[in-house]
Amino acid sequence: MMQVTDLMPFIVLLPLIAGPVCALLPGRGLPWLLATLTAGTAFVLAALTLGAVFDGGTLRYAFGNWAPPIGIEYRVDAANAFVALLITGVAAVLLPWGRPLVDHEVPERQGAFYALFLIALAGLLGITLTGDVFNVFVFLEISSLATYALIAQGRDRRALIAAFRYLIMGTVGATFLLIGIAFIYLLTGSLNMADLAERLVASEDSRALQVALGFIVVGFSIKLALFPLHHWLPNAYTYAPSLITAFLAATATKVALYVMLRFIFDVFGPAYSFMALPLSAGFMALAIGGMFAGSWLAILQSNLKRMLAYSSVAQVGYMVLGVSLVTLGGLSAAFLHLFNHGLMKAALFASAGIIAWRCGSVRIDDLRGIGRQMPWTLTAFALAGLSLIGIPPTAGFISKWYLISAAINADQLWLVILILITSLMALVYIARVVEVAWLQPRPDDAPTVTEAPWTLLVPVWLLVAANFWFGLDTRLTVGAATAAAEALAGGGLLP
Amino acid sequence: MLAEWLHPALVLAFGALPLAVLQGRARQVWQLALPLLVLLLVAGLEDGARVTLELAGLELVPLRADGLSLVFAWIFALILVIGNIFALQVDDGAQHVAATLYAASGLGAVLAGDLITLYVFWEVMMIASVWLIWRRRRQAAYNAGFRYLIVHALGGMLLLVGIIAHWQGTGSLAFDAFTAGGAAFWLILAAFLINAAAPPLHAWLPDAYPEATVTGTVFLSAFTTKTAVYVLARGFPGTELLVWLGVFMTLYGVTYAFLVNDIRRLLSYHIMSQVGYMVAGVGLGSALAISGTAAHAFTHILYKALLLMGAGAVLQMTGRSKLTELGGLYRYMPVTFLLYMVGGLSISAFPLFSGFVSKTMIIEAAAVDGRGVVFLLMTLAGVGTFMSTTLKLPWYTFLGHDSGLRPTEAPLNMRLAMGIAALLCFLIGIMPGWLYAILPYPVDYNAYTASHLLKEMQLLLFTGLAFFLLLGVLGGKDKLSLDLDWFYRVPGWRALAGIRNGLAAIDGGARAAFMRRFHAAEAWATHLRLSDWPLRSWPIGSMAIWTAVVLALLLLAGLGG
Repeated sequence: MMQVTDLMPFIVLLPLIAGPVCALLPGRGLPWLLATLTAGTAFVLAALTLGAVFDGGTLRYAFGNWAPPIGIEYRVDAANAFVALLITGVAAVLLPWGRPLVDHEVPERQGAFYALFLIALAGLLGITLTGDVFNVFVFLEISSLATYALIAQGRDRRALIAAFRYLIMGTVGATFLLIGIAFIYLLTGSLNMADLAERLVASEDSRALQVALGFIVVGFSIKLALFPLHHWLPNAYTYAPSLITAFLAATATKVALYVMLRFIFDVFGPAYSFMALPLSAGFMALAIGGMFAGSWLAILQSNLKRMLAYSSVAQVGYMVLGVSLVTLGGLSAAFLHLFNHGLMKAALFASAGIIAWRCGSVRIDDLRGIGRQMPWTLTAFALAGLSLIGIPPTAGFISKWYLISAAINADQLWLVILILITSLMALVYIARVVEVAWLQPRPDDAPTVTEAPWTLLVPVWLLVAANFWFGLDTRLTVGAATAAAEALAGGGLLP
Repeated sequence: MLAEWLHPALVLAFGALPLAVLQGRARQVWQLALPLLVLLLVAGLEDGARVTLELAGLELVPLRADGLSLVFAWIFALILVIGNIFALQVDDGAQHVAATLYAASGLGAVLAGDLITLYVFWEVMMIASVWLIWRRRRQAAYNAGFRYLIVHALGGMLLLVGIIAHWQGTGSLAFDAFTAGGAAFWLILAAFLINAAAPPLHAWLPDAYPEATVTGTVFLSAFTTKTAVYVLARGFPGTELLVWLGVFMTLYGVTYAFLVNDIRRLLSYHIMSQVGYMVAGVGLGSALAISGTAAHAFTHILYKALLLMGAGAVLQMTGRSKLTELGGLYRYMPVTFLLYMVGGLSISAFPLFSGFVSKTMIIEAAAVDGRGVVFLLMTLAGVGTFMSTTLKLPWYTFLGHDSGLRPTEAPLNMRLAMGIAALLCFLIGIMPGWLYAILPYPVDYNAYTASHLLKEMQLLLFTGLAFFLLLGVLGGKDKLSLDLDWFYRVPGWRALAGIRNGLAAIDGGARAAFMRRFHAAEAWATHLRLSDWPLRSWPIGSMAIWTAVVLALLLLAGLGG
């Protein structure tokens, strides 16, 4: 498997190098083509890497041949290979989909736009693959800065304010992370994750380590939009360009969750983390709060994109709830939902993007009767919505099944009831859109809209098909999620 | 054999797709050919046929044909043919797709041999059936459909949790009789009972069915509750609770049917009442009772579809469905009237009609078990059924005073569908042998004994006599209060009226209280929405404060400890 180990760093390096090149390319077609090819190649590499991880365990690559504790090391096991597959896969499908939308929303200087996109992609992948904690911070800042700029490109003036709010919150989060890393470095003198895991055992009595853990967890909680630190998310998702919304919704919060779990379970170790701070109870409380507040606010929304954004807050709650059980089953369910939610939100935001483009509005009231005018788009939305609610045979059902199993296994039956109530709430807000779009007549004074061209529909339906495929064939998702949970838990530490 | 790989439910589900695009004559041809093909496939299923499938480490049995499931598969396929003939003139692709998918899910559920397959079809059933309500395209139908959807989603989730709990408890996903006790048992039972419309989880049925489309109600009456009866018979035979719940349902449905004015709502309450017999039969659990349940489900689907087709034809031709607005239609719709009466005689278990050969089986099973009270109460409910379905409804719809309506007879295909159903009701009534032959357990039962005939005829004739003696009192202005008057004047019925009034009061009170709370919550939600309080964007300062609060709490709890 020598070959794959050598290719693996290029998952990050390709978009990182292609980004600046993209900025120099003239016109509209070329930057887009380069971005798409890069994302597609990265996807192939990520798939190869995941295959190699399944065959041969952890892959390691030391940059510049500097031995790991000193140099920067990429360390890939099932957990991050799985997340990288999701990120690259979503990017590779969304870029072909987003081209007409970007032409519409960002008519000027598209070279810079796609360059920022590639850099954000590289940042997210870097966070995912690296085995060095300071490297995590650097890539987090790279992806965040690119993301702020991308959100500000939205056509609505409010996109600027949304980007500014995200910038403030994101910077607070990154600063917290930096403070935490600094504490760890002072205690151990090391920045390599695997090395830290060994050295931190000596300072387990230290107050400073507890504080470091607290800062790191809260810092990442902002990035993953854990309730009540989610306030940057709805505006950012609502006003960003459609391509950026769909991409971020499917990937950004997932990466933050993954890397937080990497810190909690690998660097600090679950035995220490959950004893040093009341993380289990805290996560559970905030997850439940997020599930209810997010679902309830989603029901109240009158803007389709904002509704989906609040639904993301609720769905993050499910993932964190799985983590808070501190069992292998719960962790697997969290990883599984991380992947499946990426698929369903990508499909939902992608169809919402088409609606925004064709209708010129995403107010739910303006969508009356468009089901008959854009049947393919709205059917895709409804089917992806089924996955969000968790109706079989969709990926969402598989997530729900494993999450409920984990809760029952952990003897927490009351959690099951809460999960059921919130999925009923999901039914309400999805069915509301379906009802408005299909059952209400189009008002006479409303403009006639036409179906989007097939170039947009094919990627959306590809995502919808993926939702159904992974609802039927769960070998990849469940296998990888279980392997990811086992890789993180390090075997035997969890009940 | 071939039929094992051509799963009828899958054939039907994929066959539904062309209905979305086909138009006119081609759609009608396909609409007839597809159910006939499925009927053939079901006919090709052999007792004991079984398809197993290994998926993600789980042993699935998407197809299991045995005595019990075959009876239901047969009648589902049969009613699909009849319902499609009835719906032939409807030019609404979405409705046909929904009805066909709905039937496919019903077939899939009764043929499912494991709980996962069952759950999948269970959820598809929910989603497909709600469109039959929504396609009425009225605000009331949208609202009723939404309530229907929420209740069934809740049921589906209970089922899912129950299945997971069962799986973790026993390690098996096979769908057989559940052992009593434990969370899984009660969760799955509750989910099944929601679909069977058992009180207090019944309100969705009389709420939603009368709001469905004319042709949709025919399908709705056949699949959801009867699938529930099947799964109860499969999973919970001999559960004592079901006996009493079933008896309660028979009486509850009958008493409520007296109160309502809408003909399709009246018939909906009778679905509940008739399903009560089946639920009680499942509860009794003996071979005779289970066979009786299956037989009654078979005949019930036919005659209830016939009754609803008759009521639907009236609604279609006159645009009205209230007893107080109808009357004197027999001169203009004689065929509909006569065919409806065949259904009416069947549901009231009149000898020579289908209800007689099946309902008496369940009542007989109660008698054989030595349950006198159950026997009497079920007999009593039968009297009420005859009174309202067979006498009151036709009297005020087809006979009685002339409402001034001058409709024409229903279209030919509607009459044809009703005719087929009526013919089957009659054939089963006079030749019950072939129905008995396909029952899950071999039964040695003869409906046409002197004692059965005598008992049934006495009951029905005296009920009829009472009805016509009191007709003068019954006819008139305000139906509902007159109904009450009439009950008070007949001493023998006083107890029944008391029960009914008590139920109505409790039920009405609970509903009123619920609606008050609901309106209060709604007003609050509207207030929140108007005030924009939860929707506003938070200032950056407060976002930062929240961050500080979370960090402080976390560290305080961690370091203080």
